[in-house]
Amino acid sequence: MTEFLQQLLNGVLLGAIYALIALGYTMVYGVLRFINFAHSDVFMLGAFVAWYSVEKLGLPTQSIGGGLMALLLSMSVCAVLGVVIEKLAYKPLRQRSTLTVLITAIGVSLLIQNVAQNSRLGFGPNPKAFPALFPSQQLHFGTLTVSTHQLVVLAVALSLLGLLYWIVHHTRIGTAMRALSFNATAASLVGINNDRIISFTFGLGSALAGAGGVLYAMNYPSIDPLMGTLPGLKAFVAAVLGGIGNLPGAALGGLLIGLVETFVSGTRLSTFRDAIAFGILIAILLFRPAGLLGKLKVEKV
Amino acid sequence: MAFPIAQRGLLAALILAGVASAVSGSIDPYFLDVVMGVGVSVVLASSLNLINGFTGQFSLGHAGFMALGAYTSAMLSTVVAPRLGWSPALLQWVFFPFSLLVGGLLAAAAGLAVGAPSLRLKGDYLAIVTLGFGEIIRVILQNVDAVGGARGLTGVPTHTNLFWTFGSAALTVYTVWALLNSTHGRGFLAVADDEVAAEAMGLDTTRYKITAFGIGSFFAGIAGGLYAHLKGYLNPGGFSFDKSIEIVVMVILGGMGRHAGVVFAAILLTLLPEGLRELGSRSVPNPFGGAAWSLEWIKDMRMILYSLLLILLMLMRPQGLFHRGERRRQRT
Repeated sequence: MTEFLQQLLNGVLLGAIYALIALGYTMVYGVLRFINFAHSDVFMLGAFVAWYSVEKLGLPTQSIGGGLMALLLSMSVCAVLGVVIEKLAYKPLRQRSTLTVLITAIGVSLLIQNVAQNSRLGFGPNPKAFPALFPSQQLHFGTLTVSTHQLVVLAVALSLLGLLYWIVHHTRIGTAMRALSFNATAASLVGINNDRIISFTFGLGSALAGAGGVLYAMNYPSIDPLMGTLPGLKAFVAAVLGGIGNLPGAALGGLLIGLVETFVSGTRLSTFRDAIAFGILIAILLFRPAGLLGKLKVEKV
Repeated sequence: MAFPIAQRGLLAALILAGVASAVSGSIDPYFLDVVMGVGVSVVLASSLNLINGFTGQFSLGHAGFMALGAYTSAMLSTVVAPRLGWSPALLQWVFFPFSLLVGGLLAAAAGLAVGAPSLRLKGDYLAIVTLGFGEIIRVILQNVDAVGGARGLTGVPTHTNLFWTFGSAALTVYTVWALLNSTHGRGFLAVADDEVAAEAMGLDTTRYKITAFGIGSFFAGIAGGLYAHLKGYLNPGGFSFDKSIEIVVMVILGGMGRHAGVVFAAILLTLLPEGLRELGSRSVPNPFGGAAWSLEWIKDMRMILYSLLLILLMLMRPQGLFHRGERRRQRT
């Protein structure tokens, strides 16, 4: 029973991080209808910004203030980066086919990864130890052991999800985002500046990815330039599982993928845990291609 | 002899490959290795061109299908072949093509299994599914001890020679070419041009997409088998996402849906790393005096170059480098 609860907790934590990344995929898909492959690299850069802010800028470790500062810093850097990537690489392709944009996104992703891996231009290929940003302590609830880091991950993830919900549903710009994803032409007809909303969406999604990167690194404290690939792919699967373009769906999908992966890790199949997410993806495409919460759209000519 | 021109071309290529193979003993081994690598690349790029270029789908898992073919034929050659007690010549000329075929068929079967669910959907799902599939294959190969696990599979007999590589390359290019000029090929092109219109004309678009995907995967498996018996050693890491991207870059650089352009791009991009390695071992004289500047940094620039090439091509020349005029109208 204890082990079950412990695994449940780990699964929820991992799921919350996947949910943060999946939201970025789903939001961008909602407004632009393409898969932003570079999203997983923004996630990786988020972790590296936090690492730099401690190792080079000298933010204190093991402190709540320092940890929050590092988190905010990496969220802002990632937000700016997301907007820059969109302006430079995707905006000129607005009228082109999805395939062109998709290939560009892959190019951007590879560029970030390979520059980061290059020892002269980036961080170098070797993994780096991620510092303990927040005070780390083990808390015991009966037989259950919870680290303060896990609590921070949970608290930050939940508040960011809440914040996002508020932005999307209770602000003007959030309303504009929803309008844009519903019908881009109609949105611009009623005076919404589509380019500005798209930039904002990229910034928002990238900030969430950056936060996801920091939280992920706190859970698995070894970071390297390729750390984003697998979590990014799984988060994408989560977005498809929940119904791509659907925000609550992405959160639900992330949670489910995190739970399934954690429970599979506990069994004899643990070496195949990375393959599970893709099995889920193929199954969902076969049986419910619109995702759990999504609606199938009929293509009109 | 009433052979159409393409079949005559294929025949000529096969004879040429046979002749080249007969004199290959006198060729420098390093050079021979590079040239055979070019042949394998041509098979990979032409077969991916069928999927990504002519049919307008987007597969990111070509290396995964290649890995399936490579490991299948390598296992046949290391486990089954020694028990047959055949002579080396018989193994190289009879058993080897058989093992290539089995590898190709297995890759095709996997292609059908993966393609069937994802090709029913429009959009970018195939990209993600094939990417995921490639990763699954790599994870499985790394964890199965019978095929060497993460250590890799060693002791694969080096049956691949000029005849097999260039024969396969010619056969692949010919098959793709001939296919495109058949009923099926017209279907592929129609799917690529406008899926909705093709469907309205009564084409079973899913079936065409799956056919193209299966055939493309088959040749990826063949290329894998050639690669395995060329290097004599297999490592799951060699079939990573980077390998798939390399093939995708060949197809895009050559101009998606161009025969000759893609072959040329495959040749160019296979020679590029060799060129970079050569360049990296040199140094340029320092114009300000002092120690010469080493060009060693060029060696790690290959992937950065590929990614920059992808982005710039998409921004400036989405139709590929070797492409004149617009064959296909831009879709919005």
